[in-house]
Amino acid sequence: MSNSSSGNVGIVIVSHSSKIAEGAADMVRQMVGSAVPLAWTGGDTDGGLGTNVAGILEAIETAWSPAGVAILVDLGGAETNSEMAVEMLAEDRRGRVVVCNAPVVEGAVIAATESSGGSSLAAVKRSAEEFYA
Amino acid sequence: MSLDQAAREKLVRALAASMIEHAEELTSLDQAIGDGDHGLNMKRGFEAVLATLPGLADKSLPEMLKSIGMTLVMKVGGASGPLVGTFFMELGKALPEAPARADLVAATDQAINAVKARGRSEAGQKTLLDVLVPVQGVLAGGGDARAIAAEAAQAADRTTPMLATRGRASFLGERSIGHMDPGSRSASLLISAAVAALEFEAIS
Repeated sequence: MSNSSSGNVGIVIVSHSSKIAEGAADMVRQMVGSAVPLAWTGGDTDGGLGTNVAGILEAIETAWSPAGVAILVDLGGAETNSEMAVEMLAEDRRGRVVVCNAPVVEGAVIAATESSGGSSLAAVKRSAEEFYA
Repeated sequence: MSLDQAAREKLVRALAASMIEHAEELTSLDQAIGDGDHGLNMKRGFEAVLATLPGLADKSLPEMLKSIGMTLVMKVGGASGPLVGTFFMELGKALPEAPARADLVAATDQAINAVKARGRSEAGQKTLLDVLVPVQGVLAGGGDARAIAAEAAQAADRTTPMLATRGRASFLGERSIGHMDPGSRSASLLISAAVAALEFEAIS
């Protein structure tokens, strides 16, 4: 799910559908190659449509970067579960993970493109959120 | 109120049974105005809770509640996991081992505030808060088990004509009117199961 350990901001894609999450990650990879730590997660713990905190925590770990991690989510439960996962992180990491208010596919591509240029976590989040604003 | 090991296990089994027995009903409510997985999600979560028995009931009441909350957060999936899980976890944090009614009143208030923060929601948006908040009011006002269970059921019923402005049902706009909120129904079922299992009248 990831193949980079650069110092750029990591991107995590969370969708109710593992196919959407994986597909969005494929699009990000096509745009930015391996310049950005990237992970995706989708589906509930039984493999059905949904999101789960354990999967999100694992994805954050996979995409971890000292520069932080930006999470892109699709619908409400993905956001709520992502916020829960962030709160469950160790204190020194909690402040370096943000959930972006942006469409999951476009937001992930924009965020990753911004990150690949070495931008800060705040700049990555802003780019994703401003794209359609 | 001091719950011994057997009473704690009885409480856990009653909560789980209420979700497992009503899974189809909750799912069908959720199919009307949500994504149709609420019953399955809650059933999965409480089956995972049951799987932690009997060790779960060996814990003190506060620790047991925190453990239930964490299991629900990790296993339910959907927004209900963090919302219902947070409620249990905060109850566990706030309650002493042998709570009096005043402790329950304070702890449920704290837990409800945590659910509001988690969901960035208030009562009136057609969510589980529309059951939790009025039921907590009855508890705080000294209502007995019958009054609490009755309010839980009525509060869930009162979500039927409401317009959803939070959660998946809000996507439907006015089409959310005329259907009971599934999260309110599950909250109502859990509350009824809890007061029945607790022999609530014993709480002074």
